[in-house]
Parts: sequence; C-alpha cells; structure tokens
Amino acid sequence: MRDFDYIRPATIPDAIAAAAEPGSAYLAGGTNLLDLMKGGVTSPERIVDISRLPELNRIERLDDGGLRIGALVRNADLAHDAAFARTYPAVAEALLSGASAQLRNAATVGGNLLQRTRCSYFYDTASACNKREPSAGCAALGGENRLHAVLGWSDACIATHPSDFCVPLVALDAVVEIEGKAGRRHVTLAEFHRLPGDTPQRENALEPGDLIVAVRLPAEAASFAANARYLKVRERTSYAFAVVSAAAALVVDGGKIRAARLALGGVAAKPWRSRSAEAVLLGAGANEANFIRAADAALADASPSGDNAFKIELARRIVVRALMSAQAGTPERLPALPASPFSNIPGARHDA
Amino acid sequence: MTSLPITLTINGHRHELEVDPRVTLLDLLRERLDLTGTKKGCDRGQCGACTVLVDGKRINSCLALAVSQDGANVMTIEGVARGEELHPVQAAFIAHDGFQCGFCTPGQIMSTLGLIAEGQAGDDPERIREGLSGNICRCAAYGGIVEAVLEAQQQLAQADRRTAA
Repeated sequence: MRDFDYIRPATIPDAIAAAAEPGSAYLAGGTNLLDLMKGGVTSPERIVDISRLPELNRIERLDDGGLRIGALVRNADLAHDAAFARTYPAVAEALLSGASAQLRNAATVGGNLLQRTRCSYFYDTASACNKREPSAGCAALGGENRLHAVLGWSDACIATHPSDFCVPLVALDAVVEIEGKAGRRHVTLAEFHRLPGDTPQRENALEPGDLIVAVRLPAEAASFAANARYLKVRERTSYAFAVVSAAAALVVDGGKIRAARLALGGVAAKPWRSRSAEAVLLGAGANEANFIRAADAALADASPSGDNAFKIELARRIVVRALMSAQAGTPERLPALPASPFSNIPGARHDA
Repeated sequence: MTSLPITLTINGHRHELEVDPRVTLLDLLRERLDLTGTKKGCDRGQCGACTVLVDGKRINSCLALAVSQDGANVMTIEGVARGEELHPVQAAFIAHDGFQCGFCTPGQIMSTLGLIAEGQAGDDPERIREGLSGNICRCAAYGGIVEAVLEAQQQLAQADRRTAA
C-alpha cells in the first residue's frame, strides 16, 4: 500500500476542506477503500478519516413523516433497527442480503452508495479499464463478462454497481444529502449515480470535497411497508454480489395496484429504477399477467454487453417473482436467507 | 510518513502505541503485539479468518486501519478463555469437531461470539449458517461448527439462568 497522510478532522467543514485537496479520499468503514488500496486500484495521498465525525450516525424521524439516515450509520445497525425494518422492510432485507455480518458491522450508509464496481478488470491493474484510467480501453468488452451490465452500458464501460441497499432506496425515492464547499444540497438517488457514457470515471454527482452526510426517505416510502420485498439471485447461497436483483413495493386495494415501485440491481452502472414498469402496474390488477407485462417493460431497452444475454431473461423472471412476493405480503419476520430465491416463505416460488 | 500515537485496549490490557497509518489492525495484532491467534487468510475481507470483536462487534481486522481504531476495545481469540478454562464456545467447537486444520477456527469462534451477542439467529441452523457465512472453512467443517454454536448457545443461556436465579 502506498504511503499516505492520515488526518482525522473534528468537524464537517474541516473534513470538506481537507478532502477538497487533490489526491484525498474519505475513510469511513473502509471495507471497500482498504481493499482497493491493497490492490493498488486506488492510491490516495491523503486519507481523511470521518469515522468519528459527530452527528452523522443518527437515524432521525422527520416532522414531515420522512426519515433521515446519517451517512455513518452502520449497515447492521440500520437493518436491525426494529422501527426501520418494520417501516422499510425491503431496505432491511437488501442490507441483510449483502456482504457478511462482519462487513455489515463496519460498512456505512454513505460508503455503500460510493462503493466501486466489482468488475474484475477494474480490480486487475494489469488490465485496461477506462474507469480506472480514462482512455485506456475496456478489457471487459470481449473478456469474461457474463455478469456485466445489460442496461445503460456504453462501449467505454460495461461494469455494474454492486449495491443491494441502493436498489430499494432508489425505488422509494431516496434523496442524498450532500455537504460541500458551497453548502448543503439534495440530489435524488436516481440522479446521484451516473451512467458511463464516454466518462465512466465520473461515477456520481459528487465534486471534490463533497461529503454525503445523510440519506433521506420521503414520507410516502413508508406507505409500502405491508407489500415490499427484495429478491437477489447469487452464484452461491450467501455472501455474494447480485447476478440480478429486484426491489418491488406495492400498494394494493381491492385487487388493484394503487402505487407501485420497482428497481433492479446488478444490471447497470447504477441502481435501475424502472418507471416504465411502474406505469404498467399503476391501476392494473395485481396478478401475474400484469407482473409479466411490467417485467417486459422494465427490460424493454436491455441488450447484452457480452456473454450475458441470460441476465435479461433472468431479470424479467426476478421482477415477476419480486412483484408476486410483494403482493403476497411482507413476511412477519425476515426469512433465514434474506432476499434468497430459495426462501421457504408464503408466495415464494423456487423456480426462476 | 511519521508514526501516529494511538491507544487500544486489547483483551483488557491497555496499549499505547505508535503506528504507521498503513498498518491494519490485523497486522498490528500479529506483527507488533505477537497476538498471532488472529489469522491472516485472504487479507481482503473475504474469508473471515481475521475476525475480532471491536467494542463488542465482530469485524474483519484486515480491513480496519489500526490508526482509525484509536481508543477502541478489542477482543481477540487470546482473550476468550479464562485462564486455563475454555469459554463454552471453544469447548463446544472441540466437542463437536468444529474444525479440521484449525486455521479458520479463531475467526469462527470470534464470529460465533459476535453472532450470539447479536441475538438474531436463535436456534435455527439456517440462520446460524447465514450468520456465519462471512467465515470460510476450506476443510468444510460446517456441520460441526453449527452443532457447536447450538450447544454453546444453550450452555450460555443455562449459565445466564443460573446467574439470574
């Protein structure tokens, strides 16, 4: 690991001033950053340790019915907060389907949004990668790419965003609260992550020094508590990133869908909200035929970026199953294997 | 880079140390403090062999910079037994053959202590397996490990009841 300066600022403004200097990186849980530094994928000259900044580790209920989650809240603490899990069950399920218990005890809310792709060519410094080194080329194109993107990719980059947490968050209209040199601003999570285009190295809306201080959920996000699920297909039972995942949330009244939210994970460089699928569902009958129509709409623009055409059909089926699981109702207690397609719970099917 | 002063309480003993900021908690434990019970497997947060408790919570010590843990209370496998008397989790791993080569065992035991303290798994073997999925055992002693966790939990619960009575 390359040598670096280590500073631990006492206030948010001090942190922002320090991190605005070129070559700086924020350190919170460190679960992704240290891995990247050990591999030489990133080599910051200055580490700005924000892990003790006050006020960033709180979960606050807002007067308007929304929720404000501090950027330093640990994944495990959020998922096991009983009121949070009851109100936003798909988010808790996504959190607990990600990583391992050890990593969830360290990893933070803000860090989860900012984690880097697990594209193996991004991690392999001997391979060409436009994200790591602009204009170097993309070894994933024409490489081992069966797990790469099927939506929103470009010839410059076919990597996916690996987060589970972000998938239900984007479905529930989460907003990222950012503090920078010019003060605080809010960016919707849907607009926070960027698609690669010609500049895959620009992954999000942050400018130098910008610090995520919180993630907000609007009041309406709580209205889906009774019918919200996250479903995630992995290449092993547990402790693996998503091949494809989906968050589905419904409000059903008299057999008709009054509100619908749908987002996909593992398919693009950002958590993929599908408003076209939601439009199909709104006002329609809550039944499998309409869920299939919604899945077709969600994947209408998908195309393989390599040996991954199977992910498009897999994503369709996962969307249908996630919607059926949501319709069946949020389980009283999270299944033993959160988000697993093998969960033995009402409404779950074992084929995809 | 100059070294930075930190204080850590490790297995109940307070240490005042000067550390290079690049040093992980894992390397500090093993290379500086000769606490080699904590194992370095993958060194990338994928195998769980380096699991320790920091302020009571299990983490991968390979992905924690020692300098960032300044002031923390750390428990490693060396701090689990009481003198010569094994902790019930340790005894249960032996009783149920919860290992073969033993390399992953310190991490498995620290992770089990974290799992039991979290109180989410109960006596459901599937929840225990899921809760320990961050600890890889290449000998695949998982059957014995789950039996050991179940028995240790039972023993600890009985001991708690005796204390309360």
